Amino acid sequence: MKRLLGLAASAIALVAAPATAQDFVIANATVALGDGSEPIENGVVQVEDGKVVYAGASDGRSYETDMVVDAGGAWVTPGLFATVTTLGLWDVGAVSQSNDQRAGGSPFSAALDAAPIVNPNSQHILVHRAAGITRAATTTMPSGSIFAGQGAIIDLDGDSNPVMRERAFQMVALGEGGARLSGGSRASAHVLFRAALREAQALAGAGGTPQTTEIVIDDEVMLGRFDAEALIPVVTGAQPLYVAVDRASDIRAVLALRDDFPRLDMVLVGAGEGWLVADAIAAAGVPVIADALDDLPESFEVLAATQSNIGRMMRAGVQVAISASSGNNPRNMPQAAGNLVALSRIPGAAGLSWGQAFAAISSVPAAISGYDGEAGVLAPGAVGDVVMWDGDPLEVGSVPTRVFIGGVEQSLESHQSRLRERYRDLDESTLPKAYDW
Amino acid sequence: MTTTSRMNSKGKLRGAAFAALASSLALAACATTGSASGSSDASSGSDDDAPRFAAMTPEEGPFASTYSRYPGRPTALVGATIFDGAGGMIESGTVLFRDGEVVAIGGSDLATDGYDVIDATGKFVTPGIIDIHSHLGDYATPSVDAHSDGNEATSPTTPEVWAEHSVWPQDPGFSRALANGGITSLQILPGSANLMGGRSVTLKNVPSRTVQGMKFPGAPYGFKMACGENPKRVYGGRGRAPSTRMGNFAYNRQTWLDAIDYANNEDADRDLGMETLVGVLEGDILVHNHCYRADEMALVMDMAKEMGYRVTAFHHAVEAYKIGDLLRENGVCSAIWADWYGFKMEAYDGILENAALLQQQGACVVIHSDSDGDIQRLNQEAAKAQAAGQRLGIELSDADVISWITLNAAKAMGIDEMTGSLEAGKMADVVLWNGDPLSVYSRPERVWIDGALMYDAMDRSRRPVSDFELGQPGEGDVK
Repeated sequence: MKRLLGLAASAIALVAAPATAQDFVIANATVALGDGSEPIENGVVQVEDGKVVYAGASDGRSYETDMVVDAGGAWVTPGLFATVTTLGLWDVGAVSQSNDQRAGGSPFSAALDAAPIVNPNSQHILVHRAAGITRAATTTMPSGSIFAGQGAIIDLDGDSNPVMRERAFQMVALGEGGARLSGGSRASAHVLFRAALREAQALAGAGGTPQTTEIVIDDEVMLGRFDAEALIPVVTGAQPLYVAVDRASDIRAVLALRDDFPRLDMVLVGAGEGWLVADAIAAAGVPVIADALDDLPESFEVLAATQSNIGRMMRAGVQVAISASSGNNPRNMPQAAGNLVALSRIPGAAGLSWGQAFAAISSVPAAISGYDGEAGVLAPGAVGDVVMWDGDPLEVGSVPTRVFIGGVEQSLESHQSRLRERYRDLDESTLPKAYDW
Repeated sequence: MTTTSRMNSKGKLRGAAFAALASSLALAACATTGSASGSSDASSGSDDDAPRFAAMTPEEGPFASTYSRYPGRPTALVGATIFDGAGGMIESGTVLFRDGEVVAIGGSDLATDGYDVIDATGKFVTPGIIDIHSHLGDYATPSVDAHSDGNEATSPTTPEVWAEHSVWPQDPGFSRALANGGITSLQILPGSANLMGGRSVTLKNVPSRTVQGMKFPGAPYGFKMACGENPKRVYGGRGRAPSTRMGNFAYNRQTWLDAIDYANNEDADRDLGMETLVGVLEGDILVHNHCYRADEMALVMDMAKEMGYRVTAFHHAVEAYKIGDLLRENGVCSAIWADWYGFKMEAYDGILENAALLQQQGACVVIHSDSDGDIQRLNQEAAKAQAAGQRLGIELSDADVISWITLNAAKAMGIDEMTGSLEAGKMADVVLWNGDPLSVYSRPERVWIDGALMYDAMDRSRRPVSDFELGQPGEGDVK
């Protein structure tokens, strides 16, 4: 009997991922809108044609819909939005053939494009979908040069087209990482960066003459023609530039880049010492994607690291998203957010309210990614990404019970869930485990 | 101790005598980090054959612990929910400790006369949290090459190295583990580049100018071994053995055979590596074996049987859930993460339910960190693993889950007679949490080590700051 059930379950898993959205209403829920507000008891979420049409307190209306779910008081939230990730770009970190995160041997850097290589069948996408992440920014990482390449915004639904927006942002490493990649000094990284942007400006016809020369260190191409072309939307401000930087003085230097390149649409990634220059970041109107829990001087560029970094930046008026790399993998984002709530009870620390913390893993990263009010939030017109949870979503023990992306209910199965089912017991009295599936 | 009788004319250990001594006295001295024994008779004897020069013997405990507890007040924690670390829970309970030791735990009826009473109503008390797998000090922050002291990756077997000789006591990570994680004891291991990485050291998490000032008095040594991808990658990548898993085993087995020969050879010259391996064969040094895959752990357990030693714990063990029965039968603990997976091939099958499925099989579970970040949140990692099990319908009480990061860790480190649970006479290693320690919203409010208040979230002056952080941005900040 058990085996028959198992077969049925796997058959369902194979045909999961229906192509069409269905209209639904979730009622009697503890609803977190994701916009920074505190949760709403006895809330309602209505999704039609793949979009949210209503989310908030129960207003006593009746609904015309395909499916009504009584949440029984359970938590309901928008899907989490993870940034910056490498989801869909690798299978096993240490298996280089399966790992497209870095292209250190490539002659290309800024020209690299994540969009065509995202694999929606990656186990990490399945695992993270089951953890409530429905959208993500994903990108190759800086490796051959200071430029990482062009990241994509993806959804984690089960269809064959994960890319929502290709070439959504460029990323560059300055600070220690950029120094290492550009020959050993921050000074070199800055020259390379400015040279690259000047070349892009020239190619765009915005000033100067294109030199089209390569910049090469030994066999390593630091900047080629294709990279310079890829930087045109950066220098014109059409494509956001994510700058990986941590040290307070490096942050100031990055903010000053707009003196020379005024149209740069920058986002700081890391900003481990951001709290020391929070007022300057706020004044510049530059958003930040920051690790939540870093509190050690892992390097000389984060001597001032503290878990209060995000809270202090927020209090200074900086828009801050909790980085998906705050834990060992992006599914730990809620844990990171919960820890920042915990800080609110520690004297001297700068903690977050629950609403602020949840927004920092939903609506804020969505807004930074170009989806303000459209994702990571339960508001009329937003994508119908709705997650039901078995507990407070920021608690470490909580997991989603149902996940909808664009109004489509998703499978929560993965390699991990299949292993879990196989090894619920170790009974091999009739056949080896290989037949238990 | 009659040290001279164990020295031959060259000042070398005689193996047979050593073995006899080890079996009778080892627990008291040989393999422990206990306080220094008395001076050697060899230097003061009247024997004409006495050597002019002689090193201390292993039994004399070189690099002895110099730790002694700091002053503390007789303290009564009253009204808290107490998890005793041994699977017990008391609501509205009382914990009494004085002179460095737990005096009693019980209900609200325990008399508190003579104690400073702390109202812990609505709060929680656990034993000090214990991390069985840390590299604080031997991979210290800042993580610069100059601090990369965890892998003597110059030979596949380096049983001769001792982690304590790499530990930098000024690693700021110790203070974070204390303040955010409530860590009071931890085992610092060599890394996993080598099949045999060397001796571990168990520390009290007290700031100290020297590593000796942190060494846990009386703790046995551990011995780090590693199977799988790391050793074969590190050495295979250099075009030398081992380059395969079978190479890993061949290299290990031959080394154990050499150790057995050494132990049986009365005239062997002293050999630091062999002394450690003999300590393992004698059962005085506990094997902590980095190993991910189920099939490989089964092979390691058979290798241990072949050579006559015991594996105390498999570390990382992401596939332990596949062989919970074998691990139970062999009495081997699994020291694991809650949710790490996928970063290398042998970690591909990691699942959140690992701990719970092991517990269901009756096998020993320890949650470990291997991380200067996760060591600050072992309580949260344990809670994740608990919830995953509960979703499967496996009963896991909060009190049992706390034992994964307290008494079970202490047992696998051989210090459970001294710490790991709140029992009368044990070390007063105590954490007062400002809420349920299995919730993400809770933090240590105060941490006592041997009854001395070493951290107080409400009192800035009870926040340790390492030498490295003085004069730096963020000195003394909440972290």
